[in-house]
Amino acid sequence: MSEKENIIICRCNDVTLKEIEELIEQGITDIEEIKRLTRIGMGPCQGRTCIPIVASIIARKTGKSYDEIGMPATRVPVRPVPMGVLVGDEDEE
Amino acid sequence: MKNKAKTVIIGGGIIGLSIAYNLAKLGAEDIVVLEKNYLGSGSTFRCGSGIRQQFGDEANIKMMKRSVELWSRMEEDLGMDVDFRQGGYLFLLYDEDEVRDFKKNVELQNRFGVPSRIITPEEAKEIVPLLNTEGLLSAAWNHTDGKANPFKTVFAYANAAKRLGVDIYEYTEAQNIKVENGSIKEVITNRGKIETRRVINAANGWAKILNKMVGVDIPIEPYKHQGVKTEPIKDGEIKPMVVSFKHDGIYLTQEAEQGGIIGGYGLKYGPTFDITPTYEFLRGVSYRFSQVIPALKYANVIRIWGGYYAETPDGNAAIGRIKEIDEYYIAAGFSGHGFMLAPAVGEMVAEDIIYEKTDKPLWFYDPYRFQRGELRGKAIQMG
Repeated sequence: MSEKENIIICRCNDVTLKEIEELIEQGITDIEEIKRLTRIGMGPCQGRTCIPIVASIIARKTGKSYDEIGMPATRVPVRPVPMGVLVGDEDEE
Repeated sequence: MKNKAKTVIIGGGIIGLSIAYNLAKLGAEDIVVLEKNYLGSGSTFRCGSGIRQQFGDEANIKMMKRSVELWSRMEEDLGMDVDFRQGGYLFLLYDEDEVRDFKKNVELQNRFGVPSRIITPEEAKEIVPLLNTEGLLSAAWNHTDGKANPFKTVFAYANAAKRLGVDIYEYTEAQNIKVENGSIKEVITNRGKIETRRVINAANGWAKILNKMVGVDIPIEPYKHQGVKTEPIKDGEIKPMVVSFKHDGIYLTQEAEQGGIIGGYGLKYGPTFDITPTYEFLRGVSYRFSQVIPALKYANVIRIWGGYYAETPDGNAAIGRIKEIDEYYIAAGFSGHGFMLAPAVGEMVAEDIIYEKTDKPLWFYDPYRFQRGELRGKAIQMG
């Protein structure tokens, strides 16, 4: 068990394999719910690293197919952008 | 799935779950909650997470005072920490009219035991050191307001309700409600029929679709609002929810668990069932946030998302029995305040159903007030 505690699945929010497997064992197998309870996929990488790994953990533990598991929505912006850049120098608003 | 239940609650957001939990707590048995997607997916998981007692009318102040009592002991009651933090709410006031209105609100809030007060720009700056105080006349401040984690709260209510015997069915959509001679017979879902005499419409953004199934018309319409989240910044930089109506109803705060800034402003679209995020919002929110907190220019936006305000004409929910149909109940149209109000609303609805009386101001949310043309004063609403 201690090994799983040390395996980080989500680097943005420090979520471990142990935490994810525990949720699945409690019956929470929906990737949308796992995402929201652990904040996996909601950090600066926006799930690019971790979401496919989470999907594979769910698939392995529940036998669900990737189609059944699905993917959470991808959000704008594609990568983090400073607010100042979005605003630019324009003051017309 | 059960094919028979005493009570069917449609909507697995925080309102439906709080009602289910409170009904079961008062001894009601055989309760089913139907959620067409996953729990919280409609509005609760998309909300701004704020919890405030600074309203401008007696009913909402009382309801929120009770809710904050319940938020404060939610971990004891539901058995799970929901990250409730009383970081306060700070309303920024820029002109004499705003100051006059908020002084009146503060007096009313104080009368009902909410310790809000008007403070100077200097005091506001002490509370939020990053605040731009240029042009600021004063601020309305209540340190007992706060925020909580919508995700954890939904799971806390759902688990507590399940422990009391409530059955929750996700990915189960109510497709029709069969009514005969003014009585409910059954709810038809994509997974089969449930025979029942009592239905509670807690579908908020989708409430009108259910109402249509039973031939009831209450003006609740879904409007798209959006939220923004930044990368984490230094812990404790913006503890309260900061609100400014002069900046088109912006609200922003630092999220307790992760430390990113979350918030939004009053840009809305609709009525619509589309919740696609827009560039107009991304740019507009960045502009307004950096006016109020200039340092946020350097904060990286990591995501924006859309969600509904299920709005009524006066910005207050429609809660109560529908007279034309025996045991059809509505609790929807929260206009952006469902998350914060949910603990007290769940209690109020459960008391009304089980005891047929409640000490809370149910009358204020009367679903028939629109028909009678007795609109309430517009609830203070931002975002």
